[in-house]
Amino acid sequence: MAMSRFYPLLFSCLLLYTPQVSKAHVMLPTSFSFRDMDWITCLGVVLVLFLFIASTLLYKYINQYWQLLQNRMQREEEDGKRLEYLIRDSNAEQISRLWNIINQLLKNKRIGAVLFFMLGTVLQGRAQFYEKVEDLDLLSQGGVLVTMVLVAIPLVVAIILLVVQIRKQVRKSAHMGTKKEAEELATYMRKQDDIDAAVFEKRMGALQYRLSDQELSGEAAISDEKGLLQSRNLENLPFVAKKRKALPRPKIDASSSRLIQWFIGTATFWLLFGTTVGEYLGIKFIAPDAEAISWLSFGRLRPVHTNAVFWGWSSLGMIGLGYYIVAKVSNVQLQKVNWGWYSLILINASVLLGSLSLMAGINNGGGEYREYIWPIMLLFALGLAFTLGSYLKTIAKRETKEIYISNWYIVSAVLFISIVAVVGYLPSYQDGLGETIIQGYYMHQAVGMWFMLFTLGIVYYFLPQQLNRPIYSYSLGILAFWTQILFYTLIGTHHFVFSAIPWWLQTVAIVASAGMVIPVAAGTTNFIMTFRGAWHKVRDSYSLPFFVVGIVFYFTGSMQGTAEAFRYTNLLWHFTDFTVAHSHMTMYGIIAFLLWGGIYALLPRLTGKESGQAAIGTHFWLALIGLMIYSVSLMYGGTLRGLAWMENVPFIDSVTLMMPYWLWRAIGGTLMWISHIIFAYNVFQMMAVGKEEKSLVDQVVDYLEKENIETN
Amino acid sequence: MEIFNNHKKLFTTATVLFLLLTVVIAIVPAFDNQMNNGPLPDAQPLSENARKGRDLYISNGCVACHSQQVRNVHMDKVWGNRPSIAADYALSTRVDTWRNTATLMGTERTGPDLTDVGNRQPSLDWHLLHLYNPRLVVKESIMPAYPWLFAYKEVLEEGDIAVNVPMAMRRNKRVVATQEALYLVAYLQELKQAPLPEATTTPSFLYKPEEKSGATESKADDGLLDGQVLYAANCQSCHQASGEGLAGAFPPLKNSKIVLSKDLKLYVDIIMNGYDSRPEYSAMPAVGHNMGWTEKEVTAIINYERNSWGNKAPKVSEEEVKEVMEYLKTQMK
Repeated sequence: MAMSRFYPLLFSCLLLYTPQVSKAHVMLPTSFSFRDMDWITCLGVVLVLFLFIASTLLYKYINQYWQLLQNRMQREEEDGKRLEYLIRDSNAEQISRLWNIINQLLKNKRIGAVLFFMLGTVLQGRAQFYEKVEDLDLLSQGGVLVTMVLVAIPLVVAIILLVVQIRKQVRKSAHMGTKKEAEELATYMRKQDDIDAAVFEKRMGALQYRLSDQELSGEAAISDEKGLLQSRNLENLPFVAKKRKALPRPKIDASSSRLIQWFIGTATFWLLFGTTVGEYLGIKFIAPDAEAISWLSFGRLRPVHTNAVFWGWSSLGMIGLGYYIVAKVSNVQLQKVNWGWYSLILINASVLLGSLSLMAGINNGGGEYREYIWPIMLLFALGLAFTLGSYLKTIAKRETKEIYISNWYIVSAVLFISIVAVVGYLPSYQDGLGETIIQGYYMHQAVGMWFMLFTLGIVYYFLPQQLNRPIYSYSLGILAFWTQILFYTLIGTHHFVFSAIPWWLQTVAIVASAGMVIPVAAGTTNFIMTFRGAWHKVRDSYSLPFFVVGIVFYFTGSMQGTAEAFRYTNLLWHFTDFTVAHSHMTMYGIIAFLLWGGIYALLPRLTGKESGQAAIGTHFWLALIGLMIYSVSLMYGGTLRGLAWMENVPFIDSVTLMMPYWLWRAIGGTLMWISHIIFAYNVFQMMAVGKEEKSLVDQVVDYLEKENIETN
Repeated sequence: MEIFNNHKKLFTTATVLFLLLTVVIAIVPAFDNQMNNGPLPDAQPLSENARKGRDLYISNGCVACHSQQVRNVHMDKVWGNRPSIAADYALSTRVDTWRNTATLMGTERTGPDLTDVGNRQPSLDWHLLHLYNPRLVVKESIMPAYPWLFAYKEVLEEGDIAVNVPMAMRRNKRVVATQEALYLVAYLQELKQAPLPEATTTPSFLYKPEEKSGATESKADDGLLDGQVLYAANCQSCHQASGEGLAGAFPPLKNSKIVLSKDLKLYVDIIMNGYDSRPEYSAMPAVGHNMGWTEKEVTAIINYERNSWGNKAPKVSEEEVKEVMEYLKTQMK
């Protein structure tokens, strides 16, 4: 059979269970219909596979049986030698049981109990079989195949029976052999008067030997001349894997450390704030009458949630990590630290004022992520400008010749988002549909050219650093960089497929969405290959699991975006909650997870403090499980809703249809939200906040010193 | 390569590439669309009140759940008579110095599309009740309630528009629509698709489902339309799933004389052309006319209403209804 036909065949086998839904709330699975030809070939492949497995099994059993017969024939050794082997091969319990029995036998000289039975004769059934190898050339003939399949059915049954029968025989013979051997040995022992007790005692003693645990230390108290030993607190219940502690590193200068901590601290605040709002919005889907305060109504709070996690949490977190990375890979101190502080204040002020104004009902007109009015967004842009200045000055002063790839991504991200913000807010071309075209560009460039590009830069630094090995391929990173710019810039309008914007613009966006496979595949390959041979490090690290999840979502989330851009999938998924699931899989699964990985890797280096591993583990798992519940329920429900709309079901039925999925979304969202509280606690633990309690030793020294002073 | 080691060249190259693509994909098409699209000749600019209502629509973030675009795909046909075109948005300009243009196309359809809601649901009473609390009229709705657009008064004053809210929810006071609520409803009432000029061909809806042989989804086994589906989509938000209506707002169809009557003239007339002759109830819009119904839809709805909620009346045939509809048309002229 031609191999070229095998792959599409396999693929269509995988699609066998594609469900087809014909009613809003009832899923009717319909069978995937192969063309007749494919069915037959598929069956042929199955048959050949079956024959192969059957003959392999047969070969194995016959081989076993043959070995058994051979062993039995070779067994001509005397019983004494066999006892020796028996003692050698037994464990302590078995041997003591055996010894007890023999002791009794020797003392009483009588048979205590008959332990062994012997069965009659070994059944000597000899199955005969023949193997029929089908002529593979014939498989190309459709008509022949049908006949052969029909003929093959009884053959298959016969082979199954044959295999089963032979297996039974082999096992029976094997049992028989052991029983016979045991009988023989027991008889031999019964007959003996002089079994040497010393042999047993020696062996038993040997097996029961235990170390005293004092072999190395001896009885004397520990004397540690070189100061090598340190007492460690052992955890009572090792329900989390013991992770490796962060190694002490040369400290970075205190001023930039403080700046970075402030960025991460305020980012954490906005994460908590933004997702508390998000959590509440999720609850409102199920309990719309929870309250009726204008400032807390759904339409006003939704942009508060999205903007707070975008411009507050993600942006501040990224910029903060960027301040560390840009200086580190340039091998210089951070330049213009005070610009960093201006940036911090301006961005925080922008998000604070923005959130308040949105709740008060002042917004820019409803374009997503563009809801802050321009004076508020201007603060954000100014903040970006200061950060950009600081980054560029630092890079200009770098001591390395090359610009490490992280800095390509990070600096470009800041440059591009500045352009995006200006283009998005300039008014002169935004009447009528101009607004929509700019909106598509704006919202997608904010996502792809700011969050994604910057975060990739973060991964290019922290991943090699945490794995302690270089990035797999610099070239792949560069390829991904330029193709990301080329394709991502063009995909914005895929949010308005089938709308009134020009058809060619929609088509360009769809084609470019498909082009995104290149940078995404290049980036993912690069990261995964960096892990190559170092996967065991994930076990020992509490930051690497976050990177693993982030990278997995980078691939799946981005590819999902490509899939959603096509025209048919727009019919199915556009306007539904599928889009909401997608944006959470990306902004949360990719961006948030990678930021967390970076923060857990960086903060202990800055402050020398680590958070409890159980708390980090809880954060990780709650966030991951929560996200899965959140996105799977919305994707599933969203698909059903899209199908319901395509069937022209009354709209309100598509609302009631979504209710259980909205409930599950709220449940998943709650898990995510709890994980953020734990994350905030962890950040607090890792930061140099408050006065630290002194260690016991220090306190004793303090007391002694105090007494010393008093006595003097 | 030198570009890799010179930050000025590297970042300038990247920025120039990005800017170039930005101009090609966003700025030029945006300019092009702004300059080459004008409003349709029959498009009505929003009234002053509706414009204020639109501001409220924007500031309350209604666009988070309601789209305003009829896509050129068959599944969107329920939201308008034709796909939205660029000209439909041409009247939309910058709101003011502080706020950008709001085409309000939206990207989510958690609630219904509102492109043509002015034709679909013109009733002021329905909208006010719905805004006060959507679950008063559509119990499955998850839309937020907007009670802050209403005032509570002991006694009605001249010109007050009272909303028929159940006593338990209004604490023995009267619920009165504020100006803001009226603005918002005015905006919703004016959201209508403008007709295309005579000469232009209407753009078609794509992805029309293939006509299946035998029963399709919206049709019952006997090839007739499913009256229950039509009722749920077009009548239920006022007359309710129970057919009992809402006291003081929308009349019951259960045990209704008109519904059970032998004479179909008034019944068909109400479905097709609306009704407003009972002061205790709100006016009914011309649902059938607005939706472009034929005798098929009207018959299905009549037969559903005549044989539900305990109603028992003989079924009518499409021929009978067609006859009545022709008669009504001649009467109208």
